[in-house]
Amino acid sequence: MILLAEHYVRAPDWKWYILGYFFLAGLSAGTYTLGVLLRLFGRPGDERAARFAFLAAFPLVAVCPILLTVDLGQPLKFWHMIIDPAQGWLNFKYWSPMSVGVYALTIYAGLSFVSFVGALYGPVNRLLEGILGKIVMLLGAVFGLYICAYTGVLLSVSNQPVWSDGWPLGGLFVASALSGSAALLLLISRRRAEMGSSVARLSDADRYFVILEAILLVVFLVTVVAAGTAGSLFTGLGPLLWVVVVAGLAVPLLAHRTLRSLSPVWTSALVLAGVLALRAVVIFGPQG
Amino acid sequence: MATQITQAGFFTDTSICIGCKACEVACKEWNGLAGNEPNLLLDSFDNTGQLDAENWRHVKFIEQMPNETHAVAAPVATGGGQAWLMMSDVCKHCQHASCMEVCPTNAIVRTEFDTVYIQQEVCNGCRNCISACPYNVIGFSAASGTAHKCTLCYDRLKDNRMPACAQVCPTQSIKFGNVEQLHQLADARLAALHQQGYSKAQLYGRDKNVYGGLNNFFLLMDKPEVYSLPDAANAVLPSRNNLPGYLGGFVTAVLGVIAGLVAFRRRGELPPAAPPEPAPVPVGAAPTAPAAAAQHARPKRRRR
Repeated sequence: MILLAEHYVRAPDWKWYILGYFFLAGLSAGTYTLGVLLRLFGRPGDERAARFAFLAAFPLVAVCPILLTVDLGQPLKFWHMIIDPAQGWLNFKYWSPMSVGVYALTIYAGLSFVSFVGALYGPVNRLLEGILGKIVMLLGAVFGLYICAYTGVLLSVSNQPVWSDGWPLGGLFVASALSGSAALLLLISRRRAEMGSSVARLSDADRYFVILEAILLVVFLVTVVAAGTAGSLFTGLGPLLWVVVVAGLAVPLLAHRTLRSLSPVWTSALVLAGVLALRAVVIFGPQG
Repeated sequence: MATQITQAGFFTDTSICIGCKACEVACKEWNGLAGNEPNLLLDSFDNTGQLDAENWRHVKFIEQMPNETHAVAAPVATGGGQAWLMMSDVCKHCQHASCMEVCPTNAIVRTEFDTVYIQQEVCNGCRNCISACPYNVIGFSAASGTAHKCTLCYDRLKDNRMPACAQVCPTQSIKFGNVEQLHQLADARLAALHQQGYSKAQLYGRDKNVYGGLNNFFLLMDKPEVYSLPDAANAVLPSRNNLPGYLGGFVTAVLGVIAGLVAFRRRGELPPAAPPEPAPVPVGAAPTAPAAAAQHARPKRRRR
């Protein structure tokens, strides 16, 4: 962190497709991780919620490669991310989050597809019982959490104002993805009586994730204020987006204590809107 | 060009730049750059604005004229090479190049002339290099769908010819050659300027403290920030944030998993409870309170 950092850079013009990617990839990976936790460490009654998590995770991540490819200037050269056409061999740069992220996304999408098929078809699910299924799930959760984190790290590993000044972005996006995923699962399960026992525990988890996210948000803001670049986060639609971010953090906490009459649908929707607004303000703000 | 070039670079001496923009024109001419639509920026003599996909050379005009109030209240000596600064800006071809570091496709490579080059046939237009370049050099071309910047006239170097901008510079503000020889020229020029009293004159990118040294380095007449160049403390590589970024992500992921485990834990789980057997009630006896409650209980409406 540099106090009052100097930036003389051009914005990369990463806009709506990247926002969509960050949002959906985070939700998919977070949902998958929660599904793994529910299946491996939850109660028998949580199995339904775990199944819904695996059913949701793959369709969400399946959209992501499309968004990323469309965002490229040369979409037909998307495969250059993995294969170096000059060398005819694999491209891999461990120090470039975008390079590692492409591999992680590919592996995670494959693992979440396996879990998706397992959740759909009983015979496949039986194949995944035992150690094989556990390996698939644990690897999926590890790569999923990496996906959540690397989207923030990708922004930090640049020379852009705010992004490169705010190293906590990786952690912030992990916490935010988990809270959004818990909210998504709550939305899915709210009208299903058989998932009633999972709802309370998902609400508890969501509150923990929201607290974690709020702490990291403060740390992030401190770093960008110290760098003297926080101003761009509050221009244009910034203030409005921040209202949504703060509402998405405050409402689940208040709903537990004081806002008990608030519909769970609204609570979950606000959390999801907050997750989207956080990414929007971070992506768009510094790019003007 | 008789010298064998092994490490190509420019030494741009801004103290003798006259802002003629011949370098801009020659660059466009040789590289077939159409340029952007004419735009009246009303900013000194500059209508180019910045380096981008269509402008690989850009002459910056930096006016530091003392205004009347300033002149009366605290007269500032004009001249000293600082009142009106001009600088022909270009890609620095950094030794530690931020763009090259983050490029996921390896489209950005170092050539046999030690210059940084974007392979157009490999670039897929992800624009990660644009987010990394600390000098606002690389531009994205919507026409080609790829990133563009100065090639240091790679095609001319292959032909043992001098880059177009250096060839046309009428004051030799842009000097081309092997970087080591250019360093000697720059050191001598700086010493001469200091001797003449230009105390603020300094070399930028000559030493390794700015991105490991710049192949295209500058003699400036003021601080780097005045020319919109990051000083040594701010000349940092994007990868500096890899470790703290991933560490923050890892710690948060661990805390998130622990939070999930606390919320989903099996602790306190009981087997499904069997319905309690009602206590036998003696015939004729009044029912006990719980039993009476059970008898009078009505199914409650379920809250939605």
